[in-house]
Amino acid sequence: MGFLDIRNVTKSYGSVEVLHQVDIEVQEGEFLVLVGPSGCGKSTLLNMIAGLEGITGGEIAIRDKVVNGVHPSKRNIAMVFQSYALYPNMTVAQNITFGLEMHGIPKPDREKAMASVAGLLQIGDLLGRKPGQLSGGQRQRVAMGRALVRDPDVFLFDEPLSNLDAKLRVDMRTEIKKLHQKLGTTIVYVTHDQIEAMTLSTRIAVMYDGYVQQLGTPKDIYDSPANLFVATFMGSPAMNVLPSKLVERDGALHVLVSDSDGRELALRVENAPASYAAYKDREVLLGIRPEAITDPDGADRNARNVRPMTNTVGVTEPAGADTFVTMALSGKDCIARMRADAEVHPGQPFDFAVNMDKAVLFDPKTEDRIA
Amino acid sequence: MAVASTDTAIRSSNWSRMLIYLVLLLFALFYLLPFGIMLVNSLKPLEEITGGNMVALPRTWTIEPWLSAWSTAQIGVEPTGLRPYFINSIMMAVPAVLLSTIVGALNGYVLTKWQFRGSTIVFGLLLFSCFIPFQIVLIPMARILGLLQIAGTTPGLVLVHFVYGIGFTTLYFRNYYAAFPTELVRAAQIDGAGFFQIFRRILLPSSGPIIAVSFIWQFTNIWNDFLFGASFASGGSAPMTVALNNLVNSSTGVREYNVHFAGAIMAAGPTLLVYIVAGRYFVRGLMAGSVKG
Repeated sequence: MGFLDIRNVTKSYGSVEVLHQVDIEVQEGEFLVLVGPSGCGKSTLLNMIAGLEGITGGEIAIRDKVVNGVHPSKRNIAMVFQSYALYPNMTVAQNITFGLEMHGIPKPDREKAMASVAGLLQIGDLLGRKPGQLSGGQRQRVAMGRALVRDPDVFLFDEPLSNLDAKLRVDMRTEIKKLHQKLGTTIVYVTHDQIEAMTLSTRIAVMYDGYVQQLGTPKDIYDSPANLFVATFMGSPAMNVLPSKLVERDGALHVLVSDSDGRELALRVENAPASYAAYKDREVLLGIRPEAITDPDGADRNARNVRPMTNTVGVTEPAGADTFVTMALSGKDCIARMRADAEVHPGQPFDFAVNMDKAVLFDPKTEDRIA
Repeated sequence: MAVASTDTAIRSSNWSRMLIYLVLLLFALFYLLPFGIMLVNSLKPLEEITGGNMVALPRTWTIEPWLSAWSTAQIGVEPTGLRPYFINSIMMAVPAVLLSTIVGALNGYVLTKWQFRGSTIVFGLLLFSCFIPFQIVLIPMARILGLLQIAGTTPGLVLVHFVYGIGFTTLYFRNYYAAFPTELVRAAQIDGAGFFQIFRRILLPSSGPIIAVSFIWQFTNIWNDFLFGASFASGGSAPMTVALNNLVNSSTGVREYNVHFAGAIMAAGPTLLVYIVAGRYFVRGLMAGSVKG
């Protein structure tokens, strides 16, 4: 049994079910990120944990205590909102201690708790100000301070970084991760940003259409996506998905794709899972991440199965740290990620190195990964 | 010409700006004219008015008409002046304004932040009450006041105006609170604040402008009301508006225009004062919701 248990939870509005049988067990100290496009039900699930939305079916338990129907303030949770939701008429200090005051904690204890939080978040010199006089980053800190001061069992974050500009967002991301490492608190964090999900979490639940598509560590999700949605949602640029055919040649399985001129390219598969056999001589979707297609010198030295592939370069996009190359493969645009100074020229043929260790295959009908 | 021109667009519009202000000033004076004439005539002896020139300044300045209107003029049958009726109006308007504002604020809070099944219908019905003409409710209201045994009293008038005001105050507060971020209420819920604590500690401190709007609107309407005052309050409990009417219509013999003018200004005074004191919040409150403050 976990620290926070979400057991077969469903949510319906009238006859419309928006969350279907969500089942997640969160251990103490875990950083769970719920990620998905808008409308996937991630915020609804978070609000259900918080107690701001009712639970239609199933149950949610915090520390083995079922909290269905328990008032938000009695669940020992704290929440950081997207808009920060700082009380505009109160000073920073009053904002932070309001929850303690409402819980009837005596003033000296409140002040002690606030001082320690203010020290932790370095907001000591802001305590007398009103939220309107703070910058975005400072408001974010105060909102976290308000959550921290309660010393809750579970922290809930609802897209806390989406109101910040790009640079500050990266800074605050690191800040949140540091805080989690330092305090070891249990966190459930909602975001639509897959990079935030990858960098912050110890586990990710990828959600779409009211279903948890996959629940796993960031590495699981990234390297072994359960289905096409997870594969293309996580990662930027997105994973290349190429129509292809699985065949056997010279006693080994090969994936057949076609180059920009329609010529056949065969990429050998090694250590293929037994399940591939059933797909022999059938259409499959080859999923391969941009960083698995490189120039030969940039290929991963630890990879065991790097296959050469010659193809005409379509467009090159130097991005500073990397150069992205777009080419046509099996009639689709395929993005490759090269070293910054790789010698690639549009319209010229180039010898790519394809790391087939990282390639995954999907069933074109079910869109599930063949594993 | 190589010389840079200093004649910018802003400079060249100075003349048109002056013209605009001049026109505005003229209109302001025009609108002030009736009040000016009332004031001037309330400060001169009656002979100067009956002598012909109403627009001229007084040759002899006197506050006698004011004193007379306030404490000795004949109102109906009693020579009491307007003072007791002024007090009646205060006793009527202040509680009615406060009650309707408080209830309107609570209604707005519930209708936006604690929505329940059918809350939009409730709001629709409350809104509908804003459009019911006064005359329609006279008879049912008289019946209710009779049943409650407060017919013809100031508390009866307080009840009438309080109930009649709820529709408007609810409308104001509902629209104001609809723009108030719901996340703040949720945050306060998680912090453990209850229904009234959230209202008092989170919403009310941010409601200054809309409270001002509600105050001004309600006070002006209740203070200026004549129909309910004439219908539901009799004799000694009549409000200022009714008393002013009685002052103007019941003087036997000579019509003391100067006293009438003074009484009229007294009757208009409190609403003017409220508007001058809280007026800048009025505009701000009406604008709220469109722009976040």
